[in-house]
Amino acid sequence: MIHFVVHDEHDSVGVVVVEGVKSGQKLTGWIMDQDKDIVVEAKSDIPIGHKLAIKPLAKDATVIKYGVDIGRVIAPIAVGEHAHVQNIRTKRW
Amino acid sequence: MDLSKSTFWGFKRENGRVGVRNHVLILPVDDLSNAAAEAVANNIKGTLAIPHPYGRLQFGADLDLHFHTLIGTGSNPNVAAVVVICIEDQWAKKVADAIAATGKPVAYFGIEQHGDHDTIMRASKKAKEFVQWASELRREERPLKDLWVSTKCGESDTTSGCGSNPTVGNAFDKMYGHGVTLAFGETTELTGGEHLVAARCRTPEVRKKFQYMFDRYQALVEAHKTSDLRDSQPTKGNIAGGLTTIEEKALGNIQKIGRKCMVDGVLDKHEVPTGPGLWFIDSSSAAAEMVTLCAAAGYTVHLFPTGQGNVIGNPILPVIKLCANPRTVRTMSEHVDVDVSGLLRKEMSPDQAGDALLECMFRTANGRLTAAEALGHREFVLTRLYESA
Repeated sequence: MIHFVVHDEHDSVGVVVVEGVKSGQKLTGWIMDQDKDIVVEAKSDIPIGHKLAIKPLAKDATVIKYGVDIGRVIAPIAVGEHAHVQNIRTKRW
Repeated sequence: MDLSKSTFWGFKRENGRVGVRNHVLILPVDDLSNAAAEAVANNIKGTLAIPHPYGRLQFGADLDLHFHTLIGTGSNPNVAAVVVICIEDQWAKKVADAIAATGKPVAYFGIEQHGDHDTIMRASKKAKEFVQWASELRREERPLKDLWVSTKCGESDTTSGCGSNPTVGNAFDKMYGHGVTLAFGETTELTGGEHLVAARCRTPEVRKKFQYMFDRYQALVEAHKTSDLRDSQPTKGNIAGGLTTIEEKALGNIQKIGRKCMVDGVLDKHEVPTGPGLWFIDSSSAAAEMVTLCAAAGYTVHLFPTGQGNVIGNPILPVIKLCANPRTVRTMSEHVDVDVSGLLRKEMSPDQAGDALLECMFRTANGRLTAAEALGHREFVLTRLYESA
């Protein structure tokens, strides 16, 4: 079962595509571009459509998705943690 | 899907354009004419009024855009005939004459010196004549390139970028080489990915015009914003769905133009395509505003990927909804035309999803009502540039 998808293997985040992901759950991720699988343990409850970090992200690090820069980390994010507006902000505007 | 010999059944209009619907429109030029327009549409079954709140004391480019939108909507090949109603005769004639240049039947009526009742009577007589005439028109078999296809995504979430938007991209890539006229837009929503779109522009002139439109919209945002737009772009719905930044939203957005399409031309809000290929239309990211501009530019079918469940339609442009979010497909099923949530379960390939969308597009072109049409979603929203005088 695919719990989350990743666009490109260099991305730092993946997207949860099933409902009910709970902290502690072992999640299988599908890396779409390279058609590979990875496994990550959820460190938060993550709603469907929301992101989790698949690499550790330090404060001020650049978040990579689709192989490109999609924003800046404003609070450190551990692998498997919910990655969203509470710890990522736009670099524009 | 091999599109090289694909056809659809459409209404060939007097000017050679082909429509997929056969509307008889009762078109108010201004807010004062809405009541009369709605009364005519109620009298004459099978006609469609498109009331709207504007048209008074607009000036300059804002007024020009108003006229373009009304005239373009009436001129769209999905429309068989138009009855124009205005508070006075001169602007009624201006709009009517411009639509009549397409060759289709048009009549106009001013309310001043007549009153609503007399106007409704005169306009109803004409509307009846038009609708009975239109009801005898027949579809004929036309090549795919007679279809003009636009796209905009709405209520996007991360499944849009992962699933439904790339599905549109797959469909666009397949149609691109067959002479179809395509469109995309949503200028601010490219923020963070604008260099990727610029790189896809076919010529330096196209790139320059794109950059001009993009920068102009950024300057507008900078001039008026009071925050980093965290409340409006991405929207609350986007954020609830998991989209975090405008950059992320932009990358998801850009998936809609696939990998092969070049950007062949750039249109300001009031301009229309001059040939086949992919056109960028400078436009708001507000769904109904952008789709209304696509209809005014002459597009006849619209592909609308959604994540959290955008529900809009358009009075004359059939809006096809596709969705890759399994929760939305389940909880808002009445709004979804094409379910591509299987993409994210690896139950369908991107190619199969693209083909499923194209199949729905052909069925829609041939007459199948979209969910939005069946549900009565007829959002007709004019883009304003600034206050009226």
